[in-house]
Amino acid sequence: MNQSNAARPVFTARGLTKTYHMGEVEVQALRGVDLELHAGELIVLLGPSGSGKSTLLNILGGLDVPTGGRVWYLDHELSGADESELTRFRREHVGFVFQFYNLIPSLTARENVAAVTEIASAPMTPEAALELVGLGSRLDHFPAQLSGGEQQRVAIARAVAKNPAVLLCDEPTGALDSTTGVRVLEVLEQVNRELGTLTVLITHNAGIAAMADRVIRLSDGTIAEIRANADKTPARELSW
Amino acid sequence: MKALNRKLLRDLWHLRGQVLAIVAVIMGGVATLVMSLSTYDSLVETRERFYAEYRFAEVFAYLERAPEPVAERLRAIPGVERLETRVVAGARLEVAGFDDPITGRILSLPDVGEAGLNRLHMKRGRRVAPYSSDEVVLSDTFAEAHGLGPGDRIAAIISGKRRSLQVVGVAVSPEYIYQIAPGAMFPDFKRYGVLWMGRTALAAAHDMDGAFNNLTLSLARDAREQAVIDRLDQQLARYGGTGAYGRADQFSNRFLSEELKQLQTTATIFPAIFLGVAAFMLNVVISRLIALQREQVAILKAFGYSHLAIGWHFVKLVLVVVVLGVAAGSALGAWFGQGLASVYQETTFRFPYLHYRLELSVVLIALGVSALAAVSGSLVSVARAARLAPATGMQAEMPAVYRATLLERLGLQRWFGAPTRMILRHIERRPLKSLLTVFGIACAGGLMMVGNYQKDAIDFMVDVQFRQAAREDLAVTFIDPTSGRALHELQALPGVEYVEGFRDVPVVLRHRNHEYRASVYGIEPAGRLHRSLDRSLAPVRVPPEGVVLTDHLASNILHIQPGELLTLEVLEGRRQVLQVPVLGITRQFLGVSAYMQREALNRLLHEGNVVSGAYLAIEPGREAAVYAALHARPRVLSMVANVSAIQSFYATIGEFVLFYNLVATLLAGSIGFGVVYNSARIALSERGRELASLRVLGFTRGEIAYILLGELALLALAAIPVGMLVGVGLIGILVQAFENDLYRLPLILTSANYALGATLIAASTLISALFIWRRLGRLDLVAVLKTRE
Repeated sequence: MNQSNAARPVFTARGLTKTYHMGEVEVQALRGVDLELHAGELIVLLGPSGSGKSTLLNILGGLDVPTGGRVWYLDHELSGADESELTRFRREHVGFVFQFYNLIPSLTARENVAAVTEIASAPMTPEAALELVGLGSRLDHFPAQLSGGEQQRVAIARAVAKNPAVLLCDEPTGALDSTTGVRVLEVLEQVNRELGTLTVLITHNAGIAAMADRVIRLSDGTIAEIRANADKTPARELSW
Repeated sequence: MKALNRKLLRDLWHLRGQVLAIVAVIMGGVATLVMSLSTYDSLVETRERFYAEYRFAEVFAYLERAPEPVAERLRAIPGVERLETRVVAGARLEVAGFDDPITGRILSLPDVGEAGLNRLHMKRGRRVAPYSSDEVVLSDTFAEAHGLGPGDRIAAIISGKRRSLQVVGVAVSPEYIYQIAPGAMFPDFKRYGVLWMGRTALAAAHDMDGAFNNLTLSLARDAREQAVIDRLDQQLARYGGTGAYGRADQFSNRFLSEELKQLQTTATIFPAIFLGVAAFMLNVVISRLIALQREQVAILKAFGYSHLAIGWHFVKLVLVVVVLGVAAGSALGAWFGQGLASVYQETTFRFPYLHYRLELSVVLIALGVSALAAVSGSLVSVARAARLAPATGMQAEMPAVYRATLLERLGLQRWFGAPTRMILRHIERRPLKSLLTVFGIACAGGLMMVGNYQKDAIDFMVDVQFRQAAREDLAVTFIDPTSGRALHELQALPGVEYVEGFRDVPVVLRHRNHEYRASVYGIEPAGRLHRSLDRSLAPVRVPPEGVVLTDHLASNILHIQPGELLTLEVLEGRRQVLQVPVLGITRQFLGVSAYMQREALNRLLHEGNVVSGAYLAIEPGREAAVYAALHARPRVLSMVANVSAIQSFYATIGEFVLFYNLVATLLAGSIGFGVVYNSARIALSERGRELASLRVLGFTRGEIAYILLGELALLALAAIPVGMLVGVGLIGILVQAFENDLYRLPLILTSANYALGATLIAASTLISALFIWRRLGRLDLVAVLKTRE
C-alpha cells in the first residue's frame, strides 16, 4: 500500500444485504457484507458465479442499491441515494470497465473518451488518456478498426480519463485471450500505480489474484476471506 | 402447442408495443381502402337497384307543346320500348311561414294507375287520387326541409295563376335523386322542390289540355340510344323540341355519376396512397424488427431447424400482426364506410334505401397487399440472418463500421460534441434507412394535408363563385324571354339597389368533332354583379363581339383556342346555327358556360332588347319585401338567393366534410404515429446497449435521450418539408383526377394546411418521444455489464 493511503476509507460497507425477487423465487445475493476499501488499493474480487461479487460491485458503483445495510463513498451515503444522485456519483467519481468493452461504435477512440471527458469536471485530455494505455497512435480509429484488446484499452482510457476516485472492472479480460488479457491487466496496474486510483477488479480467474494488494474471496453472498498479498506479482508475469 | 409456436406468442407479447404500432399503420391503410371501396360499391349497387326497380327512363326530351296523338308516332320509332308523355311546369311555391322564394317543378302523373317509367317510391302518405284536381305528392327533401307531410297545404303559382294544393304523399323518384334548381349552383332543399300532380289537373293549370311538353322513354334491348335520339329530334323539331338526351346528360343521373366517379377516384387514389405508405412502412419496420432477432435465428439453426422452418416461424409472427391489422382495419373501415355511405345518402344520393355491401375481395386485396409487404420485409432479414453460420450468429456482432460524416469532413466537427456526432454518424451510416424513415413520416404529414385540403378547396370555390363572379343577391328568371323594359320595373321595386339583365339561351356548342350542351349567357360587358374572371381571377370585360368560354370548356371539352370559330346551335326559338369567334377564356371552378355581351347575343338572335332574367342587388334587411313584391309578379318563374344557397350548401356539405376530415385525420394520425413510434422503438432496440453503457458511465437520462430522440427529432424535422412536398404532390394528383365539367378543384394550399401537416409530424414525434422517454428510464444498466450484443 502506498503513502497516499488516507485515514478515511473510500468505500465503507456495513451489513450489506441484497435480495432479488426473480418471479416467485427469492435470491439472496449478499448476506451481510462488511468491507473497507482504501485509496490507491488494487483489489481483486474473486469467487464463483453467483457468489455475489457482481452485486457488490454494482452497489459500490452506484448501479444498484442494497436491500439492507449501509454503504458510504467517503462520507456520502450511497444506500438510499436516489437515481439522480447515483448518476452524479458515477459521473464524477467512478470509472467502469466492462467485459465486452461497450464502446460506442459510431465514435472514434478519441471521441469515445471525449464522450466522457466532455461531461467530467477535471478530466485529462482524451489524447493523454489514450497515450496512457498505449494507443496514442490509434486516436482516430473506430472500434470496428481495433482488435479486442485494443478496444478494451480504449475502454480503460475512457474510464480513467475523468480522473475517477475508483475504477471498477467487471471481468475485463473475460472476452480476451491470455496474451491480450495480460496486456490489459498491465494497463490497469499502471493506472493504479501512476494515478493512485482505487481499482476493483472482478474475476473468477484465480491466477489474476496475484497482482492484487488485497484479494477478497466471496462465497454464497458473504466474504469468505480477505487476504493481503505480501508481495504482488507484476501483471506481465501472470499467465493462465 | 409446439415450443416454437409458444415462442411466437411470447415474442408477440414481448413486442406488443411495436405490434400495436404496426397494427395501427396497417389499420390506417386498410380502413381507408375498405371504407372507400365499400361505400362506392354500396352506392353503385343501390343506384342500380333503385333505377331498375323504379324503371328510370333512358331517354328524355323537352319540347314546347305537341298534341297527344304525336306520341303514337314517336312510339313507332325503332328501339323505343316504352314511351310516356308528361306535362312539366315550372312554378313558384309558397309555404306558410317561409318568406324566401321557392322554385318548384311540377311533373304530371297518369290520372289513373302508376306511371310505367320513373316510378315514385312513396315514403309517406299515398299517391294522387284518380283525376283529383288539387292533390300533390312532394319530393322527400323538400317535404323534410319544411316539415311538410300528408294533410298539409301549400300554394303554387303555375303559369301566373295561384293554386292551393293538398299534400297527400311524400316520395323519391329516380329522376330527382339529386335536385338542384335551374341556375343554382348547389342543392337547396328548402328553396327548391319537385312535385307530382295528376295529368288532367296540371294540364289544365299549364294550358296543356290534350298536349304534352315532356317525354321519357325506355329503350329496347338492342336499341342504339343515339339513333333513337336523332329520330326523336327530327320529329320533335316542329314542336319546339330542345333536343332529346340520354341518361348520361340527365341532370340528376349525370351528377350522381360524377359524384360516384369522384368517389371511385377517391376510393382508388386515397387507399392506394394510404395502403402504399402503410405497406412501405410495414416492410421497413418488419425488416428492422426481424434483423434484431439475429441471435435467435442462429440459435434455432444450431438446434437443427431448417432455413425453411425458421423462415416460416418468422413469417407466422409477421402474419399474425398483418391479420390483426387487416381485421381491425376492415372492421374500422366497414364502420366508417357505413357512416360515410349514410352521410352520402343524407346529403347527395337521396336513395330511399341503402344496400351496404362489403365485398370479400376488398378485404382480400387489403390482406394480400399488407401480407406481401410484411412478408417480403421479414424474409429479407431472416435470409440475411440465416446465411450466417450458427456460431457466428451467436457471437457478438462486430462493432458496426462508422466513419466521420460529410459535415465533419468539411471541417465542421469542432461544432459538434460526441453525442451530436453519434447522431450524425448514425444517420449517415445507413442513409437509405434514414431516408426511408424520413419519407415514411413525411407521407403521414402529406396524407394529413390531403384530408384537410377538401375544406380549403370548397371555401375557395365558394369565395370565387359568390364573391368574385356571381355577386348578385338574387337571380330572377322570367317565364319567357321578356323585354328589357322589365328591368326598369325591377329597379323601381323598393329595396332593390341595382339590376343587371341577362339573356341565357340553351345551345349545343360545336368545334370540329367536339360538342357540348350548355347555355350561352348574355351579360353586361362590365357588370357589377355578374362578372367573368380571367386566369388570375380578376374581373374582365366581355368583348363586344364573340364569346368567352370557361377554361375547362375551351381546352378540355371543345379543344378550341381564342381566335378560332365556335359553332352555336341554338335550341330555342328559330334554332339558328351561328358561327362566333372565341375571344377569351374565363376561369370558373363550378360548372362551365359561354359568355357574350347581352346586346351582341340579342343581335345574333335577331331579337330586340330581350332578357331571360335579372341579377339583383338588394339593400340589406329588405330581402323579404323584395321577395314579396316579386312573388306578386306572374312573369317571375324562379328566384335563387345566393346567401341562402351558400348557407344550405354548407349545411349539407359541412357534415360530409367534417366526417371525411375526421376520418382522414384519424387514419393519417395512426399511420404517422405508427411510423414514428416504430422508428424510435427500433432505434432504441438497436442502440439500447450503447445508451445503457453511457448511463453507467454517468450520462443522465436526458443526455442519452438527446442521442436517441435527437436523431428522431432531426429525421422528423427533415420530414416536415418533405411531408409538405408530398402533400402538395398528392393534392396535385387529386386536382388532376377530379377535373370534370361540373366542377374543378382549385389547387389551394393554405398555410393552415401546411401547419396541420407539420403539426401531425411534430405531435406524432412528441408522443413517440414520451413513450421512449419512459422506456429509457427502465433501461437495464446491470445487464449491460454482463451481456454482449
